[in-house]
Formats: sequence, structure tokens, C-alpha cells
Amino acid sequence: MRRNVLPGLRLSLGVTLLYVGLIVVLPLAALVFKAASLGPEDYWRIVSSSRALASYRVTVLCALGATLFNLFFGLGLAWVLTRYRFPGWRLVDAMVDLPFALPTAVAGIALTALFTTNGWFGSVLADLGIKVAYTPLGIMIAMCFTSLPFIVRTVQPVLEDLDPALEEAAQSLGGSDWTIFRTIILPLLTPAILAGLSLSFARSLGEFGAIIFIAGNQPMSTEITALLVFIRLEEYDYQAAAAISSVLLFTAFLMLALTNWMQSRALRYTVRN
Amino acid sequence: MKIRLDHVVKTFDTFRAVRDVSLDIESGELVALLGPSGSGKTTILRMVAGLEYADGGHIYFGDHDATGIPVRDRGVGFVFQHYALFPHMTVAENIAFGMKVSKVKREKTAIAARVVDLLRLVRLEGLGNRFPAQISGGQRQRVALARALSVDPKVLLLDEPFGALDANVRHDLRRWLREIHRELGITTIFVTHDQEEALDLADRVVILKDGQIVQQGTPEEVCRNPQSAFVMKFLGDANMLQAQVRDGRAYASGAAIEVGGMADGKAELYARPADLDWSAHGPGIAASIDRILDRPDSRRVLATTENGEHLEFDVEPERPVRANERGFVTLRRARVFAV
Amino acid sequence: MGGMARGKRPPRVGDGPLVRRLLIGLVLILGAFLVLAPLLIIGVEAFSRGWAVFRDTIAHPDTQHAILLTVFTAMIAVPVNTAFGVAAAWSITKFDFWGKRFLLVVIEIPFSVSPIVAGVAYLFVYGLQGLFGPLLDDWGIKILFAVPGIILASMFVTAPFVARELIPLMQAQGRDLEEAATSLGASGWRTFFSVTLPNIKWALLYGVVLCNARVMGEFGAVSVVSGNIRGQTNTLPLHIELLYHDYQAAGAFASASILALIALFTIIAKVALERQGAGRVRRPALVTQPAEKAS
Repeated sequence: MRRNVLPGLRLSLGVTLLYVGLIVVLPLAALVFKAASLGPEDYWRIVSSSRALASYRVTVLCALGATLFNLFFGLGLAWVLTRYRFPGWRLVDAMVDLPFALPTAVAGIALTALFTTNGWFGSVLADLGIKVAYTPLGIMIAMCFTSLPFIVRTVQPVLEDLDPALEEAAQSLGGSDWTIFRTIILPLLTPAILAGLSLSFARSLGEFGAIIFIAGNQPMSTEITALLVFIRLEEYDYQAAAAISSVLLFTAFLMLALTNWMQSRALRYTVRN
Repeated sequence: MKIRLDHVVKTFDTFRAVRDVSLDIESGELVALLGPSGSGKTTILRMVAGLEYADGGHIYFGDHDATGIPVRDRGVGFVFQHYALFPHMTVAENIAFGMKVSKVKREKTAIAARVVDLLRLVRLEGLGNRFPAQISGGQRQRVALARALSVDPKVLLLDEPFGALDANVRHDLRRWLREIHRELGITTIFVTHDQEEALDLADRVVILKDGQIVQQGTPEEVCRNPQSAFVMKFLGDANMLQAQVRDGRAYASGAAIEVGGMADGKAELYARPADLDWSAHGPGIAASIDRILDRPDSRRVLATTENGEHLEFDVEPERPVRANERGFVTLRRARVFAV
Repeated sequence: MGGMARGKRPPRVGDGPLVRRLLIGLVLILGAFLVLAPLLIIGVEAFSRGWAVFRDTIAHPDTQHAILLTVFTAMIAVPVNTAFGVAAAWSITKFDFWGKRFLLVVIEIPFSVSPIVAGVAYLFVYGLQGLFGPLLDDWGIKILFAVPGIILASMFVTAPFVARELIPLMQAQGRDLEEAATSLGASGWRTFFSVTLPNIKWALLYGVVLCNARVMGEFGAVSVVSGNIRGQTNTLPLHIELLYHDYQAAGAFASASILALIALFTIIAKVALERQGAGRVRRPALVTQPAEKAS
């Protein structure tokens, strides 16, 4: 390592570590500590209670559904926004960020208003016999909304930077559009797609504000894990809140590790020798 | 396959990249499109490939009008400037790609055998399982060529094939490409801005400037008989002296040269460094030596004439010239172009 | 045959008119349903009981207080966060030290942690059941269910916002300029303000804008630590929930329309800053890039 002549390492690193320590690490450590103080038996009893299990189930399944939807929709949006120019594409491009910019509570009540049985969409769907608000479908829609930008925004820059010569080369070798998309473009987008997928999934697992309004929040059927934590808190059952929170926290860490692992696997071919 | 460009025009927005280019390329010929950047050479190559469409004119492959045929049906092999190898595929997969996606179905074993053949042709036996990131630039270049050849193209097109390589690798690859061309006999067009590369490699050199062909011919023809000051300067170092043409002779700073048939008036006289010589006594162009640059095989002399024009020329290594020496520059041969 | 293609570019992958129209149409329709409709309905519902109800809701002391508290929170959390982001980016991009990659991962953690978990975590630091809660209670300091808790929770959820905009950009810019300035005798602060800052100002502003939007809109984490005391610890998003559950839908949407307006301004600012080049060098968060390591 070369000697560094720049000043400010102590100050900047000091500030950074202090902030990260106090704001991020300390609270999470306190949470883990609290959960650990329960003892293995109590901990297991709480996190594997049938109501908790049901909440994991609905959360994970809805998050999977939302992520799958966003895989296609997000990929389509990214493709349309990079490859095609049409009147208003700038507006569409800007509006993709709305789910990030719009507070989750606002999104929650807006989606609920749209999908209740007398709402704009809910009334039409009700005629078709589909109920959205206060069902898992509603949870899924809220998750779709809040995690929509992730896949678009991770795939878009990679698609933009994709060397046009790769496509031209494949065309000159006789590849059809679909073949080129499947064998050249899609594999090169895979790392970005995986990153977007796991960000989207992680966000859906932890989402709270947008969901609670539309979910119905019935234990065992439409109660997400984050809400169960909240309910335990309101019941002053801090131990249960700590235990179930720790499950969410570990899942988040797992997702982080998984993302990194998938990324490095998908990018294996770029490593020399 | 014979290729004919007939009054081809291409404009990007308002930039006229190619203006009315007509060109005939014989079957099996190896042709260089040579020109500075912005001369339209790459655009012409891409139009032949079908990667750009001409705005006007026609491109014929044999007797077929290929002007509007998309690249995937044109049957050309294209080697891209930066190779455009598929980074997520191994060398062998890259070479096999064209055969796998072809409308002509081939047996897996046949494809594998052909890949082995091509790897041997480009001398990359044993590297089939590497990824492009794991091989050198020169090797990537050869993979790109093997991939382009895999589909049995009627025409081979190369865009600045050696542009991204080190000087010595470039030299070897040039000779090697020539050998492959002789072996396969495929009509080949390549684009370059390096005159040495064009002259070394091509049967015929087409020199372009501002989207137009300024001269074409064998390396010998264009070297011995440049038809414009641009070609003269572009093909190699050249000294320029202001000259005056009178009665079939051009006069420049005390030197004179026969220019049969040229009209009287102002002109520019061009001479290669090897076409000038130095002597202590006249006749010749009076000059003084500013500096001497010593090279392994010659001495390059930088001199200034009495008119203040700068000249460069080479003398034999054992000539005892010195800086600040006064003397005369003599002209062995030169070309004169009217201004 | 040749005439057909005159003046056009050869089609790229997916340029077929059918594919093109189908994809654009599909994306626009879905986008309208999923993104545009929620935005529209906020405006429609906000005025569903007429202008008077809208005005009364906004003018109500509780709403006014919620707005003030939201702005106050942002005014503290955003600058502190910005200072941290700059410090983190400076130390990480201008120096090499042990554990740097780990530090990068830790900074990004709040992105993947549920805001509810963040709130609960703060409970176990400053709450009565937490590490310092009893101590703070003895001293009469109130952090939880009060404004400081709201600010702290907001800082947690937005911790990576500024840093993640600056780090990739400053990484790409390297250390040459700063080293040149230092070798010419400029002090550290001088180097930062006259050499580094001009090159990162748009990215910095970009991070600040996004950070501000998140602070003003944060719901989950804040709802755990705020105590939801009307007129005291209610931020605007919490106020919306309160009104909504009080069956004052028009009021809730009226308050929501303020936040929606802020969101629109955020997007406009974001687009404007992207025109200045901000947000470009960003790569997916949390991503290790073997490609970079290799080169």
C-alpha cells in the first residue's frame, strides 16, 4: 500500500465510526442482545408460534409474488425506457421514482382507496369476483408499488451501457432478435437483475407503512410479520417483539449475503485467470 | 464474392459521412479502406455489412442488390474494432455461436469439430475453455476472426483490426492475417488509419477523405504516383516548399524541377525525407542545419532554408554533418501540385 | 428492395414495430394503474368533501404541528446525515484501511432492514426496557416517545443516503486532485472546499434531496418510537394514519396531498440534478464488483 499524503483520516473516519456505531450498530446490537437474553427455548417458542409462522408465510409469499411481478414489469420498463423513444418517455422515466419519493403511508391510503370495493379499481374487480383490499392480493399490490423502482433502476444503467457492438456481432452471425435477447442480452443483465430482485424482495419483506392500510390485518391470514412486531409492542410484550424483529433482521442479513454471493457468481467470467 | 458500391451516400443528422462513393472489389481481393478519422471509412464498411443503411446508391454482392438486406441475412463476417466478444461465453462458445443460431441445423458434434478446426486455424488450440477476460488482446482479436469465419461468410470485414494492439503484436498479426487470406481466398475489406498497415497488407488501397475516395490502386501505384498533396502527406513524411511553375519547370528556393504539362502559377513542391540530400557546395537550396536526430539506420537532419522553410531529410549514418553547418539541400525527386 | 430501408437505421434487437408497440403499451397501461392512479386519487380524495374541509384540515393546529415537527426533524436529521455522508465518503475513498469493505456493508445495512425493526431496536437502547432507558429516566431525559427518538430513528433509516451517492463518484474521481492540492500546500479543509466539493456538489445535493424525502415520509420506524401523541409527537405521516383511522378520510388525504406534493418536488429536483450528471456513477447498492477487483 502506498503512503497517503492526504489529511483528515482521523477526523473523517472518527466521525464515520461514531455515527455508524451510535446510529446503526448500537441499536441493532441492543435488539440482538435483547432477543438473545430470552434463552433458546423461549425464543424458539415465540418465533415458531403459529401466528408468527402464518405471518412469515403471508409476508414471504406476497413478497415473492410482488418480486416476480416486478421482475417482468421492471425489466419491461427498463427496456422500454432505454430502447424506445415515445412522447412522454421522460415523464414515465421520472415517475418510476414515485414509489421511492412518496411516503409509504400516503401510498398505503391511496392504494386502499383505489382497491376497496367502492374504489376506482376495486369496484370493477369486485364485479369480476376479485377482492383485493384486505386480502393477501392487496398486500402484494402494496409491495409491488413500493419495490417497483429497484429492478428498473438497477437494470436501466447496465442496459444503457451495453456495448451495441455485441448485438451487432450477434446479428452478423445470424442470430434472431429473440435468440440475441435470450443468449446475449439477458445473461449480461443477470447480475443487475439479481441485485434488483434481492433489493426488491428485501424491501417487500420489511415494508410496513404501505401495507397496513390495505392488508386487513387479520391474524393468521393477512397479518404481515412487521405488523405482528408492532402489535406485540402495543401489547407491551417486548420480548416477543424483540424475538420476531430479530427474525426480520437475520432475514435481512441473509438477503445481503445472498445478494453478494449471487452477484459474484454471476460475474465470475469477468475475473481474470 | 464480388462487391460493388454504386454512388453510395450516407448522412448522419447533418453530417455527410459518405458522399457518392463508387467502388468495385474483385472476388478474393484484400482491400484496405485508408483514411483519417471522419473520412467515412468505417461507415462504408458498416454499410457493406448492413449495420448501416445507405441513404442513396446501391451496394451489390455479385449481381444481387444487397442495399436493404439486414446484416443477419447478408452473409458477412464482421470483426469489430474492440472485438465485441460475448464476455459471458467461453472462447469456444463464442466461436460456436453463429453455427448454433444458424437456420441451417448442425449436429452438436459437427459444431464442436468445426470449433476445433477454427481454433487451430487461428492458432488458439487449448484455449477454448477460457473466457475473453482471461486471454490477451492479440488472442481476443484472433477469436473474433475465428467467430466471424465460423459462418462461412461471403465477405470478411474488419474494422481497425489491429487498432487496439501493441506495435509488435500488430506486426505478427498482420503477416498472419495475410496468410489466412491466402489460405481461404475470401473477399476481405479492412478499415485502417495506419498507412503502413494498409500498404503492408492490402492488394489494393482505397484512400478516403471527407467521405470521398481521393485515390485508389495497388500499394505501388499509390506510393509511386500520389495524385494529390493530401495523399502525398497521408502516406508518409513529406517536406513542403512553396514553388512557382514557369514554362514546364517548378522553382522553389533555388531548386528547379521538370513538371511537364503543368500550367504556370503557384504550386506546392513535396519531397520525402529520403528524396533530399545535403552537400557543402551548390547548386541546391541554401540552408543551415538546426539539429541532428540520430537513428539506428540513418541520421535525420532538421534544417531551415534561407526563406525560413523547415526541411527534414535523412543522410547515411557515417556522414559527418553537424548542427549549425551551412550548405545546400539537393532534390533527388519531388512531386509538384498546383495550389 | 433497396428502397425500403432508405435513410433508416437497421433495426436493433426489439425494434420490430409489433414488439415495440406491445411493450410500450403494456408498460404504459401498467404504469398508469400502479403509479399514476395512486397519485391522482390523493388529489381527488383530498378535495372530495370540498375546499373548505381541505382548508380546515390543513389549518387545524394538529396538522400544523405535524407539519412543523416534520420540517424540524428534517432540519436536524438531514444536515447531520449529510455531514456523516461526506465524512464516510472521504475516509472510504481517500484512504485505505483495514475493514473498509466491512464498513461499506455496515453503512448500507439500514437499506435492507425493516423500518419496524429499526424502531424496535431503538426501543431497546433508549426505552425503559433498553440499555440506557432506566439511566436516562433517572436523569429525567426523554428520548423515546419524544422528538429526539423521532430524529434518531429518521437518521437510522436514512444513514446510507448521502454516502452512497458520494462514494462511487469519489471512488471514480480518484485521489489525484486532492494529492495535487495538498502537495501545493493547501490545508485539508481548503482542499476539500476548493477541490473536492466542486466536483461532488450535484451528487451531494442529490443525496440530500433523497434523504430529505425519506426523512419527511418515514412512517414505520417513527411510528414505533414516537408514541403517537396527537399535537406533540405526530409527524405528518403519523398524522395521516391518525386521521384515516378516525374515519376522516378527506382530512387524511388532504394531509397526504402535502406529502405527495413534496414527493413531486423531490422527483423534479432529482431529474434536474440528474441533468447535471448526479446519480450517474451509482451502481446497484450493496454490490461487490469482482470486475473492479480484477482490473
